[in-house]
Amino acid sequence: MTLDAQTFMQHLANGISVGSLYALIAIGYTMVYGILRLINFAHGDIFMMAAYFAFFGIAVFHLPWYVAFLLVIGVTVLLGAGIEKAAYRPLRDAPKSSVLISAIGVSFLLENLATFLFSGKPKAFPDFPAMTRVLEIKGISIQVLTLVVPLVTILLLFILLFIVNHTKLGMAMRAVSKDYEIAQVMGIKIDRIIAYTFGIGSSLAAIGAILWGMKYPQVSPLMGVMPGLKCFIAAVIGGIGNIKGAVMGGFILGLAEVLLVAAFSSLTGYRDAIAFILLIIILLVRPTGLLGEKTAEKV
Amino acid sequence: MKKRVKTKTQLPLKNRWLLNIGAIVFLIAFIFIANQFLDSYIRRILNLCAIYTILGLSMNLINGFTGLFSLGQAGFMAIGAYAVAIFTVPLEARATIFYLEPMHPAISHIRLPFVVALLLGGLLAALAAFLIGAPVLRLRGDYLAIATLGFSEIIRIVFTNIQNITNGALGIKNIPTISNLWWTWGIALIVISSMVLLIRSSYGRAFKAIREDEIAAEAMGIGLFKHKVIAFMISAFMAGIGGGLFAALLGTVDPKQFYFTLTYNFLLIIVLGGMGSISGTIMSAFIVTIGLEWLRFLDEPLSIAGISIPLFRPGLRMVVFSLLLMGVVLFYRKGLMGQTELSWERIIGFFKKFGKKEGSQVGGDLSE
Repeated sequence: MTLDAQTFMQHLANGISVGSLYALIAIGYTMVYGILRLINFAHGDIFMMAAYFAFFGIAVFHLPWYVAFLLVIGVTVLLGAGIEKAAYRPLRDAPKSSVLISAIGVSFLLENLATFLFSGKPKAFPDFPAMTRVLEIKGISIQVLTLVVPLVTILLLFILLFIVNHTKLGMAMRAVSKDYEIAQVMGIKIDRIIAYTFGIGSSLAAIGAILWGMKYPQVSPLMGVMPGLKCFIAAVIGGIGNIKGAVMGGFILGLAEVLLVAAFSSLTGYRDAIAFILLIIILLVRPTGLLGEKTAEKV
Repeated sequence: MKKRVKTKTQLPLKNRWLLNIGAIVFLIAFIFIANQFLDSYIRRILNLCAIYTILGLSMNLINGFTGLFSLGQAGFMAIGAYAVAIFTVPLEARATIFYLEPMHPAISHIRLPFVVALLLGGLLAALAAFLIGAPVLRLRGDYLAIATLGFSEIIRIVFTNIQNITNGALGIKNIPTISNLWWTWGIALIVISSMVLLIRSSYGRAFKAIREDEIAAEAMGIGLFKHKVIAFMISAFMAGIGGGLFAALLGTVDPKQFYFTLTYNFLLIIVLGGMGSISGTIMSAFIVTIGLEWLRFLDEPLSIAGISIPLFRPGLRMVVFSLLLMGVVLFYRKGLMGQTELSWERIIGFFKKFGKKEGSQVGGDLSE
């Protein structure tokens, strides 16, 4: 129960770094939800595929890491946009439950495909000594990665906010998320904007997967399920549709998990349940999330 | 939603009764013969068909008829399955099963008859649905999907952790099994008929009204929350019963069986059968269960003329299964039945049409 300052700082750093990983994936959920009002169930599995791509690029094809990472991001973007085109675009006018089922179908398909192609056995993610090196700062031992991950997340957040707020593409995205049909009338090519949105979300998932792989060096077909669900919850906590909210939700969730388990060791087995309990609480207290706007239901 | 206008004339009441009775007699005879003469593998599949019918109906009640997208079926199943497992395992076997940590003294000496344990499982699942329903049923659409999915995961996580009640990750073995078809089929028939009665009652009409338009339904004086909770509880009750039968069929339960992907099986069943069709659900429960068994050949290595085809290896079955789900959603959105039901008129109409086609091939119109 008792925590001294050093262990507390260590857990805090760990929580922030887990939280920033959640934040990276949560952005993908929140952007897609903002535009399509759809939970992209497959997002966690896109993340998983990206981890496999990184594994193959580095451990199997022995590419230099910068080439491999760029390739991973590129291929994942194509995968995300491809999924949108194949599974969501044909259902644009269908009832929402059909699209949701389609999303579940894609998620299930990716998991099974990964099991089939890469076998269900977990694979070891290549080690990056520069990242996993342990630093000693005032008696607190911290991996380099733990410091790098939040920095990468914050940097990407600023780039993303710049794209959304100050570029033409971002303006179009905001227009589509405000009103889908009017945006179309105003001459915005919706399909293209949606494809870009999926691409951006997937690229963040890819970066998240690479960092995740360095932190937890194991790749398996079901590795995306739990992070996927949790990051959606993070997006809901922050207010779905809101990018800053997603990052905030990611941090809150990461910190809550790490600190609660650190403080009450009897909760260790229930670590994965914390997110869902947090979700139910937030939906009861503030259904629109911390930064979400209230919207009235139209008749 | 537009309903097809019925132009076909209805059969006389007497004929319909005769057909119904005939069908029931045929079914009973079939179960009797199947019980007597078919081998255990086929009996097992038929049992599974009945259980999947119950679970498909449970899922369809909440998703198809009430229009609430719930993904919590695996969790409710787990509650029912564990109730049966915990309360029907023979007392003398308990010490060897719970060898890591002895069973909690409050329940270690209670053994219930199968039916009581089954009902208890259903009631516990309904109770859980009531508790979880109060907060989550206020949510709309996809939030509900995530919250129920999360709930089913919480159940699984809790069951993995309460070692002295559920035996944790080790699971419970030696559950007395049922191997004949009467249990599963009898209960499936009870569930099907209560489902038909429910949907035809004022509650059923209220559920459908909520599905079509919540705001309009509320304006018509339907208590949204009350009806949603009722639908959710009945659905959970049925899922609990299905789960209990599942446990008794397999003879063993462990938390991994109730991973939330199990819910996707029932999702495929209701999507294929038609969201909001009882008869469609029954048909597709058969198609999916038998299909999944039949597709097992995909997981076996296959060699044609001595050359082994590398495509056939474990995992292919599930790939095909998920492709099927995708295919149905993308190209066959209404499923087999849409929101309509199978009726004798429809069956007869189908055969008449079929007969006509056959007849016109030989050159004469035989039916008229």
